[in-house]
Amino acid sequence: MAGPLDAPRSRRISTAALARVEGEGGMSVRIRDREVLDVQLRIYEPPRFFEGILRGRKYTEVPDITARICGICPVAYQTSGCLAIEQACGVTVDGPIRELRRLVYCGEWIESHALHLYLLHAPDFLGYESAIHMAADHPALVERGLATRNAGNKVLITLGGRAEHPINPRTGGFYRAPSRAELAPLVAPLKHALDETLETITLLGTLAVPEFERDYEFVALRDDDGRYPIDRGRIISTGGLDIPAEGFDEHFVEEHVAHSNALHSRLRDGGSYMVGPMARYNLAFDTLSPLARDAALAAGLERSCRNPFQSIIVRGVELLYAIEEALRLIEAYEPPDPPAIALEPRDAAGCGVSEAPRGILWHRYQIDASGAIRDARIVPPTSQNQRAIEEDLRGFVAEHLDLADDELQWQCEQAIRNYDPCISCATHFLKLDVQRT
Amino acid sequence: MSATSGKPKLAVWKFSSCDGCQLSLLSCEDELLTLVGQVDIAYFLEASRAVVEGPYDLSLVEGSITTELDAERIHRVRRVSRRLVTIGACATAGGIQGLRNFTDVEDLIAAVYPTREYVATLEHSTAISAHVPVDFELQGCPVNKYQLLEVIRASLGDRVAPIPASSVCQECKLRGNNCVMVAHGTPCLGPVTHAGCGALCPSFNRGCYGCFGPMESPNPRALSGWLRKLDLDDVDLIRLYRTFNASAPDFERESERYGRSA
Repeated sequence: MAGPLDAPRSRRISTAALARVEGEGGMSVRIRDREVLDVQLRIYEPPRFFEGILRGRKYTEVPDITARICGICPVAYQTSGCLAIEQACGVTVDGPIRELRRLVYCGEWIESHALHLYLLHAPDFLGYESAIHMAADHPALVERGLATRNAGNKVLITLGGRAEHPINPRTGGFYRAPSRAELAPLVAPLKHALDETLETITLLGTLAVPEFERDYEFVALRDDDGRYPIDRGRIISTGGLDIPAEGFDEHFVEEHVAHSNALHSRLRDGGSYMVGPMARYNLAFDTLSPLARDAALAAGLERSCRNPFQSIIVRGVELLYAIEEALRLIEAYEPPDPPAIALEPRDAAGCGVSEAPRGILWHRYQIDASGAIRDARIVPPTSQNQRAIEEDLRGFVAEHLDLADDELQWQCEQAIRNYDPCISCATHFLKLDVQRT
Repeated sequence: MSATSGKPKLAVWKFSSCDGCQLSLLSCEDELLTLVGQVDIAYFLEASRAVVEGPYDLSLVEGSITTELDAERIHRVRRVSRRLVTIGACATAGGIQGLRNFTDVEDLIAAVYPTREYVATLEHSTAISAHVPVDFELQGCPVNKYQLLEVIRASLGDRVAPIPASSVCQECKLRGNNCVMVAHGTPCLGPVTHAGCGALCPSFNRGCYGCFGPMESPNPRALSGWLRKLDLDDVDLIRLYRTFNASAPDFERESERYGRSA
């Protein structure tokens, strides 16, 4: 008869409610002996049925309604939504209006990346429960995070009216184009943030990062003007995919699993894939600015990065790029006149995709000639990453079984935060629970 | 009060929402560290893993009630909270997800999720006050962060927060805006919408879309008459009143005068 010492050793590591992520989710990992039995990223954020409530609404309401999917990346929703509606109306928005959109989007990248990097993710690497606890020992770092985020928020407030749910973007462009003089006060805080971000990237390069690599399929956009992908582009992948927004359905599928209120995405002829900063960095390194490329390499990154725990450095590099790009766009800014292109609704469908801070965000709308929305589909970045997150957890736990439960739990949470998951977005998505049975 | 720090304990709770309102607390870049010096942030999952046990001197509640579990959880939150303040349109009026209240939720589930039995949801999205007593409701989608800070200070100081319940029109006048409705014929909900945004939309040449919800004692019926003269039909009016505060009683009643669905 087997004694207790011979019995299979069961462990269950779990986090009921993940902290420092946007929205409600948890995780569970079940381990038996030295085998990882099951990994679940649970998304119990209640569903809000955006695709359903958009039916019957007017096409011009898309940017206002879809902004409410997420308080952190509303501009991403507004941009992808506008692109889709504009395609349905047979219009392409270019020139100064597009440049203004890209500038607003840079503001969102800056506030979102600064929030995640300094306030949500850095405490994991420095060993604090939160940025508030971290502030006691590293006040300058927390203040830098807040000031950098503020520089991004100022862009959103000046151009969009406010940081959460901006009111100025509309289908076809903007309600009002700010003057050059209104943009001038943005320059000094952005320049200050640029210098501080360079110092932060150097600091991030010195952090102890868990050894862990996986062979990901990365999916990101390729900007049609050869710039780093932000506001639009074709969907490309390390596997050779190169498709327009309207080809998404042909190549990606969404599946419904019991433990998540966010649909899981996968490649139709393959498995999981990763979107977000690491994907963009790997696919678009050459289009980063020379300053951002140099900062990345000086911090110890290579041109290709497959350790998800290094995503914090990648996010720092993208933060730097977004600040530089915002400064460049402000310098070159000409107020679009008129600020929006007139749209005529017609019986048609349109797709739009842009790079939210967390990865590609895809919308599709079917509208009719009266302008009413007949069908809406939205695929947010976090739901696309769920499968990759679960595979990271499975792989990471298998390689780190000797860690004590509480340390393993914290590092698993950290592995999830590598993705800056936005659960509010994905539910239209998260719960950690490691079980060793 | 916290036994260790002697500071009042603040908790931030999330129900069905976009996180935008609690995020506005993290957007108080200039004031956040000062606030941390004055209160003990005892429960704020979006910002911290550390959880300090209740009871709490002040609970800020974001989001609406849309599941059975949340309908039970809000009672537990109320029991451990000396004061409970709702922040934002979801917690105060059911939010954009309250649009389900005007349709069959089963149709919405079918529109989004392939497997019905995996989805647990209530038929309606309801405000926190429909479930538990609320000490103060801060309106806005999203809330104004300066008003939020003022409400926190007032609640901890046992005084009433000076949040004007007048209309967006008044803020437009204070800002010196031209009236977009009178001057440009742009439909605007400003005359019936609660102040707090600082008349943002009219300052960007667009009409107010009501994201702060109804003001105190609004007269939407009179406004609707004027809106009709701008060629808005029944469906337009329903859409206008039914957005982020669709289930706020004053907006709900007015929208229902024009039909059941948009």
